Amino acid sequence: MIWLDTIVQGLLLGGLYALFAAGLSLVFGIMRLVNLAHGDLIVLAAFIVLVVVEATGLNPFLSALIAAPALFAFGWALQWFVFNRVLGKDILPPLLVTFGLSIALQNGMLEVFSADSQRIPAGPLESASVDLGAVTVGIMPLLTFASAVAVIFALNQIFYRTALGRAFRATSDDPVTASLMGINPRSVFAMATGLAMVIVTIAALYLGMRSNFDPSIGPARLIFAFEAVIIGGLGSLWGTLVGGAIIGVAQTVGAQINPEWQILAGHLAFLAVLLVRPRGLFPRAVD
Amino acid sequence: MLETHSLTASYGQFKALFGIDLTIGAGECVAIIGANGAGKSTLMRSISGVLKNAPGMVVHKGTPIGDLPADAVLQRGIAMVPEGRKLFPSLSVEENLLIGGQIRRGDGRWTLETVYDLFPILKERRLSPATALSGGQQQMVAIGRALMSNPELLLCDEISLGLAPVVIRDIYAALPRIRETGAAVVIVEQDITRALAVADRVYCLMEGRVTLTGPTASITRDAVHAAYFGDAA
Repeated sequence: MIWLDTIVQGLLLGGLYALFAAGLSLVFGIMRLVNLAHGDLIVLAAFIVLVVVEATGLNPFLSALIAAPALFAFGWALQWFVFNRVLGKDILPPLLVTFGLSIALQNGMLEVFSADSQRIPAGPLESASVDLGAVTVGIMPLLTFASAVAVIFALNQIFYRTALGRAFRATSDDPVTASLMGINPRSVFAMATGLAMVIVTIAALYLGMRSNFDPSIGPARLIFAFEAVIIGGLGSLWGTLVGGAIIGVAQTVGAQINPEWQILAGHLAFLAVLLVRPRGLFPRAVD
Repeated sequence: MLETHSLTASYGQFKALFGIDLTIGAGECVAIIGANGAGKSTLMRSISGVLKNAPGMVVHKGTPIGDLPADAVLQRGIAMVPEGRKLFPSLSVEENLLIGGQIRRGDGRWTLETVYDLFPILKERRLSPATALSGGQQQMVAIGRALMSNPELLLCDEISLGLAPVVIRDIYAALPRIRETGAAVVIVEQDITRALAVADRVYCLMEGRVTLTGPTASITRDAVHAAYFGDAA
């Protein structure tokens, strides 16, 4: 029974990793940009949600709803004024710029919010749980996982059912030909990064309610997100959820064997998948 | 309606066009012929905004557009069927058509229904991935996609390249119905006979320069031969 519980907890933890990863996957899928500042952007969003909670006294979910449009605008502007200038045939400049942004964000947050670890207060929700018979699961992990499924479902709907999604896919296939269709690829990229920041806000909400955070934890979140994206197959959104779940289960199983092995087990699972399926579990047909 | 003035273009050190002067009137069908590497596709890419130029090198209805990006050129009513079709592999046939109509100009003739009416086979295959179609059908999608924006000027770059003669005939059969809408059409072709049969006027390019121009009716086979291959040929 303990193992069933371990696996269920791992799957639910995977929801958090999938949330970390979904924004990264979206941006990479559309513009082949690996955003090394993604983890720090999640931490920044967590601080912003916390600021809104403290300023308004609203609950964290409503605060995230208020923060989301601002973070969309921030993502849009970041892409339009910064990333669009360095995107091109050479993949090195965007990598360097996002790396620099990561360092700037960490130090900026250290200056503004200090190195103290913080938490978004979620009240009774923090310890609430539900008995499912064989296992008992926390409401918070359950909500996280449900949100991850909802985010990925919504992203798929946007991708395959809307004109914006069509423009995303066309621009991802071939930006030059997309521009011949009247699409401005730079504006499509800006929309994508704006959308990614909305997902980052949701990820940040759960990160901040479930555990302590401080300005230095971004890079580790990036690694988990990156591993989930790679395991799932670059650009595949449902694959990202599966990738998150695999890392989550590996971590809880590892921790069950020996608490020190939690993080290591996740990385080993990542390496194992890479050895067997170097392109991930659900690679896109066109790359 | 559209003019180029001493249009030049280069790829790095390599100069592809040396001062092209070209005029396209409203509703006209103009053929641009020339051998491989003559600069035909570069000319199309310059007009459509894929390659940027000095503003005054391309003038549309009196407005310099040489420096506009491709999406802004399309919004002025100039659509292109690119060489090699360039369909979006992630999109179905119908989605490829819809994306061509994402920027629609007015309530023109071309809609999904009228494009399917022009190329009925596409309606049957509308949910297939675009790149699963045969070459001829893909070319039909590429033409339909460009028509969906209701262009006043349609640039067709090498639409018969790599296709079987019977397929080419089907594609060219659509041309009169496209011209009925009043759109001007530019056809870039290596197939001289085909181009001369449909065009009102012709430009022949060789090594980035215009070597022959005039109404197709007044142009002799020998003149085309000399312009196409150079005097030495």
